[in-house]
Amino acid sequence: MKESQKTYWKGLEQLKNEPSVVKNAEREFPEYLPLNSNGEGNANRRDFLKMMGFGIAAATLASCEAPIRKAIPYLNKPVDVDPSIPNYYASTYVNGGEGLSVVVKTREGRPIKIEGNKTSPIARGCTSSQAEASVLSLYDKERLTAPMKAKKPVEWLAMDNEIRSALSASGQIRIISNTVLSPTTKKAFGEFIAKYPNAQHITYDPISAYGIAEANRRSFGESMIPSYDFSKAKVMVSIGADFLGSWLSHVEFNRQYADTRRINEDHREMSRHYQFESNLSLSGANADYRSPIKPSQAGFLVAAMYNAIAREKGRPLADAPVVKNIAFMEKAVKELLAAAPGTTLVVCGSNDPAVQVLVNGINVMLGNYGTTISTERPMYARMGDDAAMTSFVKEAAAGKIDAVIFFNCNPVYNSAEGKALKAALSKVKLKISTSDRMDETTDLADYIAPDHHYLEQWNDAELKQGQYSMVQPAISPLFDTRQAPESFLAWSGNVTEYYKYLQTNWKESYFPLQNTTSNFRMFWDKVLFDGVFEVAGNTKTYTFNAEAVTSLANSISQNYKGAGDIELVLYEKLMIGDGSQANNPWLQEASDPISKATWDNYLTISQDMADEMGIDMVEENTKMADMTVGGKTIEVPVLVQPGQAPGTVGLALGYGRTKAGRVANGVGVNAYPLITKLNGANTLDVTTGVTVVPNGKTYKIARTQTHETYMARTNVVQESILPEYQKDTKAGRVYPKIYKEGKFYQPSKITLWQGHEYKNHHWGMVIDMNTCTGCSSCVIACQVENNIPVVGKEEVLNRREMAWIRIDRYYSSDAEVNDRKGLLDASANPEVTFQPMMCQQCNNAPCETVCPVAATTHSSEGLNQMTYNRCIGTRYCANNCPYKVRRFNWFKYHDNTQFDKNLAMNNDLGKMVLNPDVTVRARGVMEKCSMCVQRIQAGKLQAKRENRRMVDGDIDMACATACSTDAMIFGDLNDPNSKISKFLKIQEKQDGEGATERVVGEDRAYHVLEEINVSPNIWYMTKIRNKDSETEA
Amino acid sequence: MQFEAPVRNPLITGGKTIHDVTEDICKQVEGKPTKLWLMAFTAAVGLFMIGFLAVAMTLWEGIGVWGLNKTVGWAWDITNFVWWVGIGHAGTLISAVLLLFRQKWRMAINRASEAMTIFAVICAAMFPVLHMGRPWLGAYWALPLPNTFGSLWLNFNSPLLWDVFAISTYFSVSLVFWYLGLVPDFATIRDRATGIRQKIYGALSLGWDGAAKTWSRYESVSLILAGLATPLVLSVHTIVSFDFATSVIPGWHTTIFPPYFVAGAIFSGFAMVLTLMLVIRAVFKLQDYITLEHIQLMNIVIIVTGSIVGIAYITEFFISWYSGVEAEQYAFYNRMQGPYWWAYWSMMTCNVISPQLFWFKTIRQSIAATFILSIIVNIGMWFERFVIIVTSLHRDYLPSSWAMFSPTIYDMGVYLFTFGLFFTAFFLFAKFFPVINMAEVKSIVKSSSEKKTS
Repeated sequence: MKESQKTYWKGLEQLKNEPSVVKNAEREFPEYLPLNSNGEGNANRRDFLKMMGFGIAAATLASCEAPIRKAIPYLNKPVDVDPSIPNYYASTYVNGGEGLSVVVKTREGRPIKIEGNKTSPIARGCTSSQAEASVLSLYDKERLTAPMKAKKPVEWLAMDNEIRSALSASGQIRIISNTVLSPTTKKAFGEFIAKYPNAQHITYDPISAYGIAEANRRSFGESMIPSYDFSKAKVMVSIGADFLGSWLSHVEFNRQYADTRRINEDHREMSRHYQFESNLSLSGANADYRSPIKPSQAGFLVAAMYNAIAREKGRPLADAPVVKNIAFMEKAVKELLAAAPGTTLVVCGSNDPAVQVLVNGINVMLGNYGTTISTERPMYARMGDDAAMTSFVKEAAAGKIDAVIFFNCNPVYNSAEGKALKAALSKVKLKISTSDRMDETTDLADYIAPDHHYLEQWNDAELKQGQYSMVQPAISPLFDTRQAPESFLAWSGNVTEYYKYLQTNWKESYFPLQNTTSNFRMFWDKVLFDGVFEVAGNTKTYTFNAEAVTSLANSISQNYKGAGDIELVLYEKLMIGDGSQANNPWLQEASDPISKATWDNYLTISQDMADEMGIDMVEENTKMADMTVGGKTIEVPVLVQPGQAPGTVGLALGYGRTKAGRVANGVGVNAYPLITKLNGANTLDVTTGVTVVPNGKTYKIARTQTHETYMARTNVVQESILPEYQKDTKAGRVYPKIYKEGKFYQPSKITLWQGHEYKNHHWGMVIDMNTCTGCSSCVIACQVENNIPVVGKEEVLNRREMAWIRIDRYYSSDAEVNDRKGLLDASANPEVTFQPMMCQQCNNAPCETVCPVAATTHSSEGLNQMTYNRCIGTRYCANNCPYKVRRFNWFKYHDNTQFDKNLAMNNDLGKMVLNPDVTVRARGVMEKCSMCVQRIQAGKLQAKRENRRMVDGDIDMACATACSTDAMIFGDLNDPNSKISKFLKIQEKQDGEGATERVVGEDRAYHVLEEINVSPNIWYMTKIRNKDSETEA
Repeated sequence: MQFEAPVRNPLITGGKTIHDVTEDICKQVEGKPTKLWLMAFTAAVGLFMIGFLAVAMTLWEGIGVWGLNKTVGWAWDITNFVWWVGIGHAGTLISAVLLLFRQKWRMAINRASEAMTIFAVICAAMFPVLHMGRPWLGAYWALPLPNTFGSLWLNFNSPLLWDVFAISTYFSVSLVFWYLGLVPDFATIRDRATGIRQKIYGALSLGWDGAAKTWSRYESVSLILAGLATPLVLSVHTIVSFDFATSVIPGWHTTIFPPYFVAGAIFSGFAMVLTLMLVIRAVFKLQDYITLEHIQLMNIVIIVTGSIVGIAYITEFFISWYSGVEAEQYAFYNRMQGPYWWAYWSMMTCNVISPQLFWFKTIRQSIAATFILSIIVNIGMWFERFVIIVTSLHRDYLPSSWAMFSPTIYDMGVYLFTFGLFFTAFFLFAKFFPVINMAEVKSIVKSSSEKKTS
């Protein structure tokens, strides 16, 4: 390289060769570094140390790798999406024929919580556990991510072309679905059928109500299911209908029912509820009088009741045998007749049209139509046609069907004809499914056109006649899926986008039905904002055809004759329902409110039957039995169920999935094949040909509560009966007294505690055990809200479930109060009490004093708060908790393949459901109910931003929001105008110092374990049953 | 000058001279390890290693590997903790309290029992750390260390924190006391040793010169330490019992716990001392120093403390009935007749009935019977803690949360680990340290030795 001859100067000084430059020419730095300048010009030790420290720190930092940021900030922020501020959208939870108006909470564009839509005229803000849990299904990794042909991903366009040509070549085409609630979807089906005239739409429901619709056709000339209004009933009789747990619109019924069970000082009346049933259902657990019957007795019972009432009313009798020995039957009839017309309601769970016709007759005689039963808004929930389904399977088996499209249904698994259908499908040339996952039916399909999750789609639903609810997407589709009705449109040659199609339909069909606005845009926005839309209902008048009664009564005496020794009653469990959401681990792990079992179905048997079989169920250990039904044998574990009618066994549907996903596969046994037919309808009662033989194999059923009774501990459950309450509002109350120096004191009067001062707010809650039906929506709501991990069956067996709120279910015992051994056993037909139990937020909290590191402390608002970061996990707090509501992270439940059933914490997709306001807890720390402190905080911030004081109702706990029956009231005890203060009739004592001096005026309100004076902020209201006092009965 | 009444039984038999004492005790330290010792030591180390697998698993996976659950938050962990701490009680009692009471028979046994105390407390201290959900933080967060986390400080209301102080104080005082006693004996060994051994024992003996002034200081410090340690005998288990007594759980919330726990601790401590001493006596042929008289005296302490414990059990029952508190009454009914009845009755048999056999002189003086009963007592004392902890927790106030506890192999493994640790340490002690306090024993050779008959 050629040397450069140019000279560069550092500055003019160098050019001029100034002496200072010459002097420092050899130095790297022309001046002394400040390092050395400590005034005297010498480096000092302190500076050296400082520089060295900085140097080391800088070198260390420089060698650290900068974290890779995966989250990409908005380039253009959407107008209505603010980080950390939730948005709410009205939508509709749709699962098969079930629909519920909901509000979807989204954070940063992710749906994270489902709550009830309070503007809905039907559910009025109620939710079910299944609706609450459905948000996790959106993030299920096992959803199909693309259209498929022969199980290989294909392009939509190519697939549509192939399907169109295949359909054109097909003769008979069938669309199989569950009840379709959406009128616009039905319209799309109509277009499809117009294009392919040989197509037919066949609906079935996994749990059929065909018998009721059919009975109404015979009684009133129209196939429909009327609306029921339990809130207007003073006497209600249910024969095998679990109207609080699974029957028809049970979410709505919960609220109505609770309205009749709510009592107070000024309203000392409540409804009376009779339940005749075989399995102990949620409704039976809430009933005032429950009578265990065999399913074969149900028909006779209804006929006998019909005749008894007809005799009084001077109507012709039905030809039916006389039945006796059914407890409370005469009493129920007497009271039905004594009540004013139209204030009673008789419902029956039977799917036998003959029985339902008699039930219609009873309700007609009692004048219930127009009050407790309404034909104005027939329910559209379960409109499946069992007869059509049966004939479809026959046709398919005969090879007469060329193409079949399964619209979001899984009949191979969940229909009575599943097995036959599976065999028949091999004869069908073209099979298409729109399911969201590779389920039992979809697995056999040639083409799969996966549908959106309901949280990704636009749609509508007509829940009852004239009552619409909108389905609005809360997130753009996660996968390459397409809305199923849009697929039908595409196959019929209509390329309209479904959203446009829906809007057009609404513009044409529903916009003209209202006159509040003439602008469709405004109408549309309003409908979407409210989520619901209502027009006039059915105005037809019906006359009751009494002849049907006489003609069908015969069939009852014939069909219910040959009852076997053991009768089987299939039922739906509250959480899993028909099994369509079985792959949702929240539902699998939430314990059944009756049996307290998780992760299984099982044969419920009575204690007597267990004794006969020599089965002794201790804690979780039980035995297996072989049950044979009509030649089919299945092996199933047994569970001793108090209240199970003698000679009957119960088995839940919805289990035994084989292709639902990693959570549900292999859990329990499939009971659908055991469904039989009666008068053309599917029946869940199997009255003949059932044998149960224990096979000696052992089994463990994971239950969250293994002890059944409350051991006559009146400090836990305080209960009484209505006549007592009418006399004295303190009925059932127990006031413990502590003896000290010759006197008895109220426990709160003797204390080492000084009380806390709550200057601003003091949060508290009241739980009314009279209106709590035990439905357990709160349990799921809490799980979703608070990022509670799922731990799996093994860990539930180890008694380590993590639920922050649990429903304690207690049975009564026949034993004397002092018989400690006898009290362990529940009655054969027990009274049931539900007691939701969570952290009691004690003012004198025993957990707080024992934590060595002060990780659990008291807040200035009365909350007992957990500092996860500080917790070292000694578990002393949990041991010292008298309510045992603290939960420990025994393992790392997130990002751990051993807990891969905990979908919400073990993959990136599942984690999208986590509530960003709540920490995911680490291994080794304690956790418990925080009284949704994140909601309290959000409410306070909101009020602060609006420059106002928080008002009652601004915030609510997740459990209280989910409660269908308003059994939980949350609020500020410091606010004299809050709902809770009024409810408890709180009076402030002038000389008071802090919370303990506050006087609660409500007689029913009590603290669990009052005598230990931990002074909880949760009150329970005594359970009052509407029973006659013993002297009268 | 000390004088012993001639009617007293001699404390040293076989007409030992002062030189004999040195020879008999130093022989074990100076000789090659015997085959028996090697075998025993290998077994102890083996146990330690196997147990360590369980400890490692617990630390790696979390304490979920144990059998604990939402209702029973403590079981084997705290049972073992209290059990080991209890065993650790005999050392201080023998060396401090008996020193103050001038009981000379302690001289033959205090060294080994103090060593036992120290190893038992180390074993005990394993559990409070291991049982934590996050021991890597808890191990130092439970200490009152200044920190930069803001105003974070410990909760001085918590009995667990009192435990930290009680155990650490007890451990340090016991360690100092034990070591102080060892110093003159180390000097004896140093004076007899050569080479590297001389250097090591020389260092251990802290320059002991045997001067009158040194002896005088030594005795003063012993007395001061004895004075300091005496209240600890009462305080440590009192504070451990506060873990339970200050809670609200029926079966735990009991004011009788402090004296009852202290008596129980001395009871189990003496039993453990007996178990170990009987073995050492036979293996190291120290029958002349640990005589039947010693055994008999210890057995009497066992009768006394065992009876106190028995009375405490009965008092608890009476009070639970007398209190009129339903949950309390059920807790005690449940101990006797609940699903863990076998644990309760094992405890009653082992702790209340079996020590009463020592009223018979033949049993009291039988080495075999004493050995068996000493083990039975410790089994009983383990069950006592299990009964208090597990049966109280498993059925407390709300029947909905009642549950059962069953241990896993990891619960057992961690317990084995502490056994391995204990015996490894104890065997090392027995081989390399003088198991009997030579200096003290020599002081009573003249007054309390059996006269040579031949």
